[in-house]
Amino acid sequence: MIPGDLKYTKSHEWAKIEGDTAVVGITDFAQHQLGDITFVDLPAVGANVTEGKELGSIESVKAASDLYSPVTGEVVAVNGDLEATPELINQEPYGRGWLIKVKITSAPANLLSAGEYEAVAASDH
Amino acid sequence: MPYIPHTPEEVREMLESVGVSSVEELFADIPQTLRPASFDLPPGMTEMAVRGRLEALAAKNRIDFVSFLGAGFYDHYVPAAVDALVMRGEFYTAYTPYQAEASQGTLQATFEYQTAVCRLFGMDVANASVYDGGTAIYEALMMAVRHTKRRKALICETVSPIYRAMLATFTEKLGLTLTTVPHARGLTDFTAFADALDSQCAAVVVASPNFFGSIQDYTALFAKAKSLGALSIASAYPVMQSVLATPRSMGADICVAEGQSLGLPLSFGGPYLGIMTCTKELVRQMPGRIVGRTADGNGRTGYVLTLQAREQHIRRQKATSNICSNQALCALRVLIHLCLLGDEGLRRQALHSMEKAHYAAQRLSALPGVRLLNDAPFANEFTILLPGTALESCTNLMRWQYVPGFPLTRYYPELDNALVVCCTEKHRLADIDTLADMIGALQ
Amino acid sequence: MRTIFEKSRAGREGVWQEKPGAAAADFIPAGLLREHDAHLPSLSELDVVRHFTKLSRLNFGVDANFYPLGSCTMKYNPKFTEVVAGLDGFARLHPLAPQLCVAAKWCQGSLEVIYETERLLCEITGMDAFTLHPMAGAHGELTGALIIAAYHADRGNKKTKIICPDSAHGTNPASAAIAGFEVVTVASKDGIVDPDALAAVLDESVAGVMLTCPNTLGLFERHLPKIVEMIHDAGALLYYDGANLNAILGKMRPGDAGFDVMHVNLHKTFATPHGGGGPGSGPVGVSQALAPYLPISRVVKDEEGLYYLDYDYPKSIGYVAPLYGNFAVILKAYAYILRLGREGLIRVSEQAVLAANYLRTRLETCLDIPYNRICMHEFVASAEKSAQATGVRAIDLAKALLDRGHHAPTVYFPLIVKEAVMIEPTETESKDTLDGFVEDLRKIAAQAEHAPDEVKAAPRTTSVGRLDETKAARDMVLTADMTPAR
Repeated sequence: MIPGDLKYTKSHEWAKIEGDTAVVGITDFAQHQLGDITFVDLPAVGANVTEGKELGSIESVKAASDLYSPVTGEVVAVNGDLEATPELINQEPYGRGWLIKVKITSAPANLLSAGEYEAVAASDH
Repeated sequence: MPYIPHTPEEVREMLESVGVSSVEELFADIPQTLRPASFDLPPGMTEMAVRGRLEALAAKNRIDFVSFLGAGFYDHYVPAAVDALVMRGEFYTAYTPYQAEASQGTLQATFEYQTAVCRLFGMDVANASVYDGGTAIYEALMMAVRHTKRRKALICETVSPIYRAMLATFTEKLGLTLTTVPHARGLTDFTAFADALDSQCAAVVVASPNFFGSIQDYTALFAKAKSLGALSIASAYPVMQSVLATPRSMGADICVAEGQSLGLPLSFGGPYLGIMTCTKELVRQMPGRIVGRTADGNGRTGYVLTLQAREQHIRRQKATSNICSNQALCALRVLIHLCLLGDEGLRRQALHSMEKAHYAAQRLSALPGVRLLNDAPFANEFTILLPGTALESCTNLMRWQYVPGFPLTRYYPELDNALVVCCTEKHRLADIDTLADMIGALQ
Repeated sequence: MRTIFEKSRAGREGVWQEKPGAAAADFIPAGLLREHDAHLPSLSELDVVRHFTKLSRLNFGVDANFYPLGSCTMKYNPKFTEVVAGLDGFARLHPLAPQLCVAAKWCQGSLEVIYETERLLCEITGMDAFTLHPMAGAHGELTGALIIAAYHADRGNKKTKIICPDSAHGTNPASAAIAGFEVVTVASKDGIVDPDALAAVLDESVAGVMLTCPNTLGLFERHLPKIVEMIHDAGALLYYDGANLNAILGKMRPGDAGFDVMHVNLHKTFATPHGGGGPGSGPVGVSQALAPYLPISRVVKDEEGLYYLDYDYPKSIGYVAPLYGNFAVILKAYAYILRLGREGLIRVSEQAVLAANYLRTRLETCLDIPYNRICMHEFVASAEKSAQATGVRAIDLAKALLDRGHHAPTVYFPLIVKEAVMIEPTETESKDTLDGFVEDLRKIAAQAEHAPDEVKAAPRTTSVGRLDETKAARDMVLTADMTPAR
């Protein structure tokens, strides 16, 4: 159930890397843990993000989590739909619930494959 | 034993059910080495005896003097219905409304309180309150620090020195740079502010009316702060807010206040109420509890604690604040008081207070050697400079059961001849005349 | 029920003051005058009284309902304490009065209340000095953390961490963070702090360790003496979270046990009312070594027995409160302590612990209790099994209890137990009430097995059913003037 063509972090983010751009989001496991998402705090276009460092936070009714960037680079797009409909993250965490797009400036060092992430998610449960 | 209803028979039954032969067995986990070294408390007393003891203590306090003390805590009239309503057990013996269905009274009242203070201060959003006016300034500052991600702030020296002392203690370990901008004869020095303001500032903090009672227009300062990306925080006086321009109208982002003047007894220091209001852009930074409106499965309107993801019980060390309780019952008092008075009632309270204060200022500043600290507009509080030290004048007048005001010696040592004088609607003109005569006679 | 604003009718308000002779414009320049009315509601006194009387009826309260809320100690609030707090001599005294030199003579009653309450709390807890300034438990924790920081800074120690058990209340790490500490969590084993796990994180960078005892599972920290020794050997201080003090009055004193600093919750152990969420009071007690750092002012007594305020403490952390604490709350606690006295307070803990164990042993057949051994004043059950079996979770049990007129126990705390249900009866509830609660819980447990949907549909007898919290967060209607965000 975990998309094989994506890369993952231990903190439950995913990255879809196409050339020098990465689309970033949170995994199905993460959205399930959080429950109904009510708000996402994301960086602005033009901001810099660093692999493993906080890029923002995500809130649900009962929980709040920091978001950590899977890649290093410059934010080139932010999902504007999330302000009005944050529930897209619950409904389509890998699709319309994407968070940001990043132009990668240095190769990511710590990404996990789908299989490695599956093990992480299983043990976190 | 008072409030412990178990009869010896019931205790026996419970011990049997638990499967132990004595209550002491239940404490077996506490080793002898940890037992109390002493527990020398007096024996219990009957209710009658405790009341007698406390009535005797209350009688040792003198409240029959004529006082012109304000300096942040004001003796305004509170309608009897406020006490009558908050004394209902359903309000005061209730718990925090985490089980919303059993707490709609508290929750709806809090929602109404949030609405009322937003209307009073012209703001969009309020929380359910924090402990007091000083905590409110601290929490507002932290909102600005989080929002701007900056670590500097400018605090005007005309903000209550009591609150500035609290601010210093709370922020001691947070690596912030708080700069106090010195006052100029009890007024905000706008030039000094402009010089100190830069794009590293998270916020500017002022009070209006300020601690000396003076009122100034902060529009230009707030605009400058905004242009540099800093937030503007103003601490206000709720009763006078009924007639004075709101800090919002001057461009403030956050308006806080001590709510004591809106229906809470002076009570020697508390409990009081920290009112916090802000623009809707800042709602996610607002600490503490917030009540929101929603509906149940049948479409019935109801109220719940919301935006709790920011709070300590979820985010723990990353919470917006460590605050857990609010001052719920005090907020309820304030709400009821505001509903009883309405716009007109609050305005009249403010105007009577102002009339008396201006009469007092006139009479006092006409005395030889006495002058007002500055000529800025004021509402019901002002500062005079005396020929001798303020402490001396106080000591003298107190022999005749008059407290002329609050001497500034402790908090503004260079102003040791200054007295902050406050009047409310409760003061009588005759007493003000007597005050003037007494101060005149001091020369 | 409609909001009070919807009931407003222009011109209906009562008259509280005569029309003033002057207008605001007589004193204040036009530019500084309020332009638009606030639009506070305009109502008759009866309108207001009716509205709030009806609102009050939508609330549960200890006066009408059993509140077995673990960690909250919802005991009965004695009525005479309200009367005492309302005495004119106490209620009308301006807080700045004692700061005017000779006027301390006029405040002797209130200053004595503060002095005596501090002294009594010292004797109850075994600490050497107290401050009554903190206005809530969390505020007390922050004050304690700042005192710990000041102590170490004064000695030139570079200690940056505070350790909290994984069972700690969220205010512990939140408060430590504000005092500038990095928070490290230590794992529990068998429900209590594991000395080996503690040893692994205890190094010379640890400034303090915050403990609750009994802990948030209602279990006594059996390794306490060893833990105290370990922590002091490491040069750290020990903080006692007094939330559960109701379990150990007269049986143990944190000061004797080696704690250096602690807070008490007057609105828990000392019976002051919760007020729907405040005001509370969280006095902080310290050992002699930490007394210099207490906040100012402090109430002292001179040789003639006169009480006055002393600000001369150069190492004090400064002001944590504007004045002397929530005085009216302190007064109620003082009255309660006098009423109960030595024997009464000991009996409080004895009966609180007996009542909790009584409920535990009568409920162990219908509830799953992870650490089912002799508990102190509270115990934690888990609804995890029922959640797995029929989907009936802790929250559902809580709501079903509301339908039977009981406030729910604490749910989902502590975080280390899944589907936690924490029950604390306190000593003021009669055996009849406890038995009635057991009966009701048994019925609900049976219902959970045979008709789980009924339980999940609760509550049905309250003024509203389960409320949509997601909608509340997403709509964000926080005042009557806000329109939904979406």
